[in-house]
Amino acid sequence: MSVPPIPSEGSAAASEGLNPRAPEGQRKGLGAEGSVYIEHDHHELSFIKKYIFSVDHKMIGLQFMFTGLVMLGLGGALAMAIRWQLAWPWTEVPVIGELLFPATGGAMSPEFYTMLFTMHGTIMIFFVIIPMLTGAFGNFLIPLMIGAPDMAFPRLNMIGYWAMVPGLFFAIASFFVEGGAAAAGWTAYPPLSTIKSAAPGSMSGQTYWLLALTFSGISSMAGAVNYATTVVKMRAPGMTLMRMPLTIWSLFIAALLQLFALPVLTAVSIEQILDRVAGTGFFTPTNLVVNQLNAEGAGEAAGGQPLLWQHLFWFYSHPAVYIMVVPAMGMASDILSVHARKPIFGYKPMAYSMMAIAGLGFIVWGHHMFASGMNPALGMTFMVSTIMIALPSAIKVFNWLGTLWGARIKLTSAMLNAIAFVALFIIGGLSGIWMAATPVDIYIHDTYIIVAHFHYVVFGGTMFAIWAGIYHWFPKMFGRIMNERLGQIHFVGSFIFANCTFYMMHQIGLAGLMRRTADPYAYEVYAHLQPLNEFISISAFCLFFWQGFFVFNFFWSIFKGQRVGRNPWKATTLEWDAPSPPGHGNFDRELKVYHGPYEYASPLVDEDYLQQTRSVN
Amino acid sequence: MSEAIQDYDPAVDAPAHHHPIYDYDSGPPVDRGKFAIWLFLGTEVMFFTGLIGTYIVLRMGAASWPNPEDRLAVDLTALNTFILITSSWFMVMALQAIQGGDQGAMKKWLLATIFGGSVFLGVQVYEYFVLFQAGALPNVDIFWSTFYAMTGFHGFHVFVGIVWLICAYFEAVKGEYTKENYLRLELAGLYWHFVDLVWVLLFTIVYLM
Repeated sequence: MSVPPIPSEGSAAASEGLNPRAPEGQRKGLGAEGSVYIEHDHHELSFIKKYIFSVDHKMIGLQFMFTGLVMLGLGGALAMAIRWQLAWPWTEVPVIGELLFPATGGAMSPEFYTMLFTMHGTIMIFFVIIPMLTGAFGNFLIPLMIGAPDMAFPRLNMIGYWAMVPGLFFAIASFFVEGGAAAAGWTAYPPLSTIKSAAPGSMSGQTYWLLALTFSGISSMAGAVNYATTVVKMRAPGMTLMRMPLTIWSLFIAALLQLFALPVLTAVSIEQILDRVAGTGFFTPTNLVVNQLNAEGAGEAAGGQPLLWQHLFWFYSHPAVYIMVVPAMGMASDILSVHARKPIFGYKPMAYSMMAIAGLGFIVWGHHMFASGMNPALGMTFMVSTIMIALPSAIKVFNWLGTLWGARIKLTSAMLNAIAFVALFIIGGLSGIWMAATPVDIYIHDTYIIVAHFHYVVFGGTMFAIWAGIYHWFPKMFGRIMNERLGQIHFVGSFIFANCTFYMMHQIGLAGLMRRTADPYAYEVYAHLQPLNEFISISAFCLFFWQGFFVFNFFWSIFKGQRVGRNPWKATTLEWDAPSPPGHGNFDRELKVYHGPYEYASPLVDEDYLQQTRSVN
Repeated sequence: MSEAIQDYDPAVDAPAHHHPIYDYDSGPPVDRGKFAIWLFLGTEVMFFTGLIGTYIVLRMGAASWPNPEDRLAVDLTALNTFILITSSWFMVMALQAIQGGDQGAMKKWLLATIFGGSVFLGVQVYEYFVLFQAGALPNVDIFWSTFYAMTGFHGFHVFVGIVWLICAYFEAVKGEYTKENYLRLELAGLYWHFVDLVWVLLFTIVYLM
């Protein structure tokens, strides 16, 4: 297994004993020149340094993952309450009803329902999906898959996690302030979000919401600078850009999206905070009257534009959609290839199409606003650019299918979830094309079709890819493998119930059922949709409780799972060269990369996989 | 698959107790600190684009917009702009000094930079003070809302820059910068130039147009 040390590149830094690749704290004090094995004095880190204020990318990744999983439970519980109200409106909510709403005999209020869907969306996007993909997998996988000992800036990495903690605090604390948590939707459109008398949740809850977003944004920015620098500067010798696994490409592209889209959201969030606490008028139009109160009369500035918020919010939040799905695409590509024992079909088109999706993602935000009032010529532009995203997306889908075609597929839990990602992403992607078309969108805007679409992409797509990623990289994270049988049971139930839940939303959406309505059956035309909604809710409850299999499997396997070696899947990429779990500094030998990441069924070796680090000369 | 996952061998697969560190850098020939600071400045560009974009849209969409000359002390701020740009020049001189190995000159120019930035910030605080006295608060109208958001966040960046430069000065006093190794000073300088450049834009569109 040993590879001879690589001759020094002879850089100036080497002759000074300074090592640009070493993690920050270790740069000094390297006496030897050239490439050397460093024996650290292995003092045991204290509990706090090892598990809490850790600077190790693997531990920070796990911190993000556990935080994300806990918040997933919270966000899921909010969704269950939403589903209860939609199936059996104004009836006693089980378990929490008596506690929260004693006045109504346990039935929730319309304002509470509004708060539920606002916080469900916010928590799932900003505290589950993004931290799980870029925070957990980004942190854990980037240095391992490119052959680096750690991130470029380990302390910045730690700050990235701890910047999210105030965000978590504000998100959770907002439930307990007067008026309750934010209730203006996760999109926080003004004037509902800026005028304090507009809704109970527009009191302090909305300010807390904006602060939560700002801190989660700082966390993402710190991460993104680190990820992009690490990918560009710290790849192992031989790891050219076109030898990077697609997971790394996808995380790199997501980091760039965050770098250039997120600051705009930070800027407008601060403007909305100022509107709320300093009385500025960025989003308050002249002569606005809310609840018989004139904003200007109340000592606040006016002359702003509510539409401006929508434009700038979606300027971030549409690229954010790709931050939420591109890493899932990359991970699914890797997992499909490993468990199909075949090279990924069309590696370069896969990388280029992710770049195309990300690039187009910057010029399509207006498709969220077709019904907001927009010059038809501009709407047309946004429609065309949006539909163009179908091209790179289709390239990816056909390449995934091409990868599976004629493969010796191993239906492991990871593989099943990755295949489900492809299947459900196709459904979500196709419905995306309908709503990209302006005439269709004006009919289906703000109906349950929209809800069906983005849940197919974010739950059906990304969440299944996250599960696939956890099953696949769990052995590397904990040195043990998750129980296969439990994993398959978890998958089958999740797949069935997810489809029962979200597919039916297309039907009720086409029938016109509006989203964000506490009691749609108050309108007689929608009364006949209640049975379908009951079916959806029951499926959703099953989906929620089915996750018990995953939770049990996850924690049981951490402690009791079967121990595995370095490379349980017989995969080719670099992380499988490290011990499971990798120690501090990741690799116990020098790496040199000779091949692309998908050398399965290579004629050069007898085995059906050729690791990237294996020389066959 | 079952045989594939049973290959755990403690002798080989136990967590690593030592690891290699070797000299190799995959990227373009630029230090990774400098690479990261350019990425960071890219995010800052987008942040100010958000603020300035808001201003442009609101101003273009407004029925009428006050003449900045009637509301702001343009002459004083023009002088202040000159001071800030001069401090950028001082920063260049500090870097040039250390590139020539002259630590004493570097420290002097660095102090001059800090002084210039502090004067700028002081004048801005004075400007705010006078405006507040006259009742020009952010909640009066949209002109003041945008004015305080843009100049306030720029002022905050200047403050951060001054703190950064003071830290750099203490490092300079400790002799951390040499003719061969002055990267950290260069990073502080890049940020400082960026802050100045943003001000040139802000001064132009807020005070002059």
